[in-house]
Amino acid sequence: MRTISENPRPSERSEPRLPPVAELIVASVALMLSGGVYLASHLPRQPPLAPAVGLLIAGGALTVVALLLLSRIHPFAWRTFFLVARWAFVAYAVIAGLLGFVFIYDDTRGSTLAVLLSTLVVFAFDVPTVIAFTVARFERMDALREDAVH
Amino acid sequence: MASVVREGGIAIATDRSPEVQGPPPSQSFQIVPLRGLPIVALVLVGLVVTIATNQQWSIDFFHVVGGGMWTALDLFLGFVIGPILGRLSLPSRIEFTKRFMPKMVLIMPTLVVCTLAAGWQLARYEGDLLSSYSHHGWVVASFIVVAIMAVIALGVLEPANIAVLFELKKPQPDGEVIARLMRRFIFTAGITGAMQVATLVIMTRLATT
Repeated sequence: MRTISENPRPSERSEPRLPPVAELIVASVALMLSGGVYLASHLPRQPPLAPAVGLLIAGGALTVVALLLLSRIHPFAWRTFFLVARWAFVAYAVIAGLLGFVFIYDDTRGSTLAVLLSTLVVFAFDVPTVIAFTVARFERMDALREDAVH
Repeated sequence: MASVVREGGIAIATDRSPEVQGPPPSQSFQIVPLRGLPIVALVLVGLVVTIATNQQWSIDFFHVVGGGMWTALDLFLGFVIGPILGRLSLPSRIEFTKRFMPKMVLIMPTLVVCTLAAGWQLARYEGDLLSSYSHHGWVVASFIVVAIMAVIALGVLEPANIAVLFELKKPQPDGEVIARLMRRFIFTAGITGAMQVATLVIMTRLATT
């Protein structure tokens, strides 16, 4: 019989070293919110859109990199990830939709509206991803092997 | 206290500390309380109708009630419940978490979206959004505080909350994972509680000047 001291600690078993997916997504959320604050703080004038577009592109790029890194993790609890991501996306699509409705209702138009809506789209994608990743990373290794088999 | 668990066909004697010892076997509970969804839907429909009809009283109602509850909950969680939770034994924390956190999964996002959407509309209605408004700096400060809280809440606090609930649903929850996620939850709840103090300063300043 082995003793526990000969084994990794439970948390180490449950959470193998993973790429910084959550950190990248959180950084993306921060950039999205910064762009939103920048645009909102200039109303009713239309501010130069370059900073907001730059933040949007940078945030979107971080999300894409995070997803690429995520897709290369094996084994990973993909079933759990997609289960959580699916429902979280429904919830955050509703929230982003409500915020988008407010902007449209308030006569925000043109390129400012396009940047704001694009920001909301990335935001609605980021939050479910970080929630689902955080849940899935703590799946047990035996469950992960099951996922790999299926 | 020593116990024996089986892992990969090998019996392992464990002598975990009380902190990580023996989370009880998972019990049936809903991560998202389905009975609460119609109430959330009702509130959100009310919010949309309120914004669409643009009546100042109802916009004010949604913003003040939503914001007051959001602030009070964050402060209570960060400075009262959080420290108490941190001193409880793990089984006690788990019992509390199983009853408390599923409700927060519905309550907090609903309060936040009501507060922000109605607050935006109220500020527009009263002209506070305009950069010509004399206290525009305070309004922008409130945007920044909300953005910081959103990054912490959406990027760290809520994922930890959901991950704890999923861990508790497992046949053999990992006590150490739960303890670690709970520490993260308590720490970030404290930060958002502190940010809510800033929100109170900004909002009372805006309301009285």
